[in-house]
Amino acid sequence: MDTNLALVLVLIPFLGFLLNVFFGKSLGKTLSGTIGTLSVVVSFAVTLYFFLQINETKQPIQINLFDWISFSNFNVKFGFLLDQLSLLWLLFVTGIGSLIHLYSISYMYDDENMHKFFAYLNLFIFFMITLVIGSNLLVMFIGWEGVGLCSYLLIGFWYKNQDFNDAAKKAFIMNRIGDLGLLIGIFIIASLFNTTDFVELKELILGGTNSGETFWLAAAALALFIGASGKSAQIPLYTWLPDAMAGPTPVSALIHAATMVTAGIFMITRLNFLFDLAPQIQNIIAIIGAITALVAATIGLVQNDIKKVLAYSTVSQLGLMFLALGLGAYQVAVFHVITHAFFKACLFLGSGSVIHALHGEQDMRKMGGLKKAMPITFITMLIASLAISGIFPFAGFWSKDEILMTAFHTDIPLWVIGSIASIMTAFYMFRLMYLTFFKEFRGTEHQKSHLHESPKLITLPLIILAILATFGGLINFPGSNWLHHYLEPIITKTGHEAGLGTTEYILMGIALVGAIIGISIAFVKYIKESQVPSEDDKITGVAKVLYNKYYLDEAYAIIFINPINAASSFFRDVLETSLSSFVYGFGKVTEAIGTQGKKVQSGSIGLYLFAFVLGVCVILTCLFIAQ
Amino acid sequence: MNNILNQIGIENYIFLSVILFSIGVFGVLYRRNAIIVFMSIEIMLNAVNLLFVAFSKYHQDAQGQVFVFFSMAVAAAEVAVGLAILVSIFRNLGSIDIDNLKNLKG
Repeated sequence: MDTNLALVLVLIPFLGFLLNVFFGKSLGKTLSGTIGTLSVVVSFAVTLYFFLQINETKQPIQINLFDWISFSNFNVKFGFLLDQLSLLWLLFVTGIGSLIHLYSISYMYDDENMHKFFAYLNLFIFFMITLVIGSNLLVMFIGWEGVGLCSYLLIGFWYKNQDFNDAAKKAFIMNRIGDLGLLIGIFIIASLFNTTDFVELKELILGGTNSGETFWLAAAALALFIGASGKSAQIPLYTWLPDAMAGPTPVSALIHAATMVTAGIFMITRLNFLFDLAPQIQNIIAIIGAITALVAATIGLVQNDIKKVLAYSTVSQLGLMFLALGLGAYQVAVFHVITHAFFKACLFLGSGSVIHALHGEQDMRKMGGLKKAMPITFITMLIASLAISGIFPFAGFWSKDEILMTAFHTDIPLWVIGSIASIMTAFYMFRLMYLTFFKEFRGTEHQKSHLHESPKLITLPLIILAILATFGGLINFPGSNWLHHYLEPIITKTGHEAGLGTTEYILMGIALVGAIIGISIAFVKYIKESQVPSEDDKITGVAKVLYNKYYLDEAYAIIFINPINAASSFFRDVLETSLSSFVYGFGKVTEAIGTQGKKVQSGSIGLYLFAFVLGVCVILTCLFIAQ
Repeated sequence: MNNILNQIGIENYIFLSVILFSIGVFGVLYRRNAIIVFMSIEIMLNAVNLLFVAFSKYHQDAQGQVFVFFSMAVAAAEVAVGLAILVSIFRNLGSIDIDNLKNLKG
């Protein structure tokens, strides 16, 4: 029963993919979108069933389908593990996935390749489910690679634009660098423990097997973290995520904000028992996370593309989650993943609604005053912005506050960095809100006359997500700490539980004041003084450095891309030319001999006979002399 | 029989064979008519057969003569096949001049 249901959970989105990819065009747009959406809704329903079941029994469900790879002492089973962590992840992957599918029916309706879009989205959900419920590292790796592929396909969905194709390639290549790290990590674990199964690994590691091999354990943790930093866009591999905004907005919401980019956090939480053994690596994770949060937030301050702002804010929030992971507060990181999924999906879908109304305009300098024309979009985005800024009592307040509290108890400098990043978050989110929805409209007259609220299929997911962004904090409300207790079987180290003392109240107050300061600065700048960000070529000073993302892409071009290009042109022009002229030489010589040799084959029988007799004579003479 | 060999001498048989064989070789090389070439080959064959028989007698060993029977039987078959080929060449080309047979030019 459980096996069949789990197969339904995984395979229904795949079935949706097959239907859409083979028959999508003939099914028509509405039907193709409905199939795509329904298949994810079915998965969500099954997940809900499992979730309610495990909430009662507290027993993880292990399903082994077949032996995948088997050697004498090394076995890999193809199986699923449905425990508290994977079900929690599935809930928001399929839940938010369903909403975004629903949204896409309306958003992508004008696109000629809508069926392809839904096929890719379903394929993504299929791989994401595989990633989450895989019972060992290798099954997880299948999903891990698969979501990367879907991300590539969807970023380059509008493939006629070469820039978008380049962005897709960039994302794929950056992810591959991380994937190499993940693979190396898997290899080290497999050679240390002879298994990749999560349950067995946990028993072995907690049982103390190989606990002396600190170097290799740390190496495995570091390699896995590199894998996570590729997928979850951390320094130094984050540059693909802002470029990934080239894809359609629902893709940005689903893959590059709510689900796929959290795969790294999922993996680290899944293997928390391993990371606990490598405190040095945990320190690295925390520091990288904090720096990423700060750097991305500073870049976000000056971006003018509405989706780019959200992209940098995603990188920044992911950095905060890694900060929590590095501090060993896995529950807190998971909590922030969930609330972040709610409000960031809402923000992206809201920005999609704005872009839709403005016929593809993404530059905030050409927006403004949309509050009256698009009230639902405005209110839902406002709620989500309040949530991400950490305003009481929205979801982001609780999760971000817990991260900062944890940081405060462990490492004050990290807390300072995290707090500054949070204040910046509040500033740029409200910069976005003020520029988009307040003051006068700055676009063309034509756009102005066509301003309209988006259809119901777009606003409904927005409303649901806004509600979730408001109340999502309740799942780990201080005092009840439901999420904390729910995840206890997964997380081995009993971290400190968010209690409520004077320190906590003061910290909450500081965070809240910080957020309000950020919002006020934005208010003064963009409402009172009515500033509009200057044109690209008039940006100067620090802002210019920030606007150009610290010239990191250019630096990568100089450090990595140019040497590789130079090497490849050297290999092509010098090495390959000489090698191939050597190889071609053999062919040329053979051909020349052949050209001469074929003249002998004249067809004249008299000549043949003469040669024959002459040959016999020569042989006889030779034999005679030899005697 | 011994008398004959004694009277004529083995060396004369060898000379005759060599002469016959050489005639065959020159016939093959100089004539252009395929049938004549064919006949020249037969002369070469028979020169060898003659030598076989002569040496067989000289060494008092019948093996050589048995071998000649085999050789003659094979030659008969070869003639049948060869003539059939010549007939079909003539039907196709209207001539049996070997200079015309140049279709296999490389």
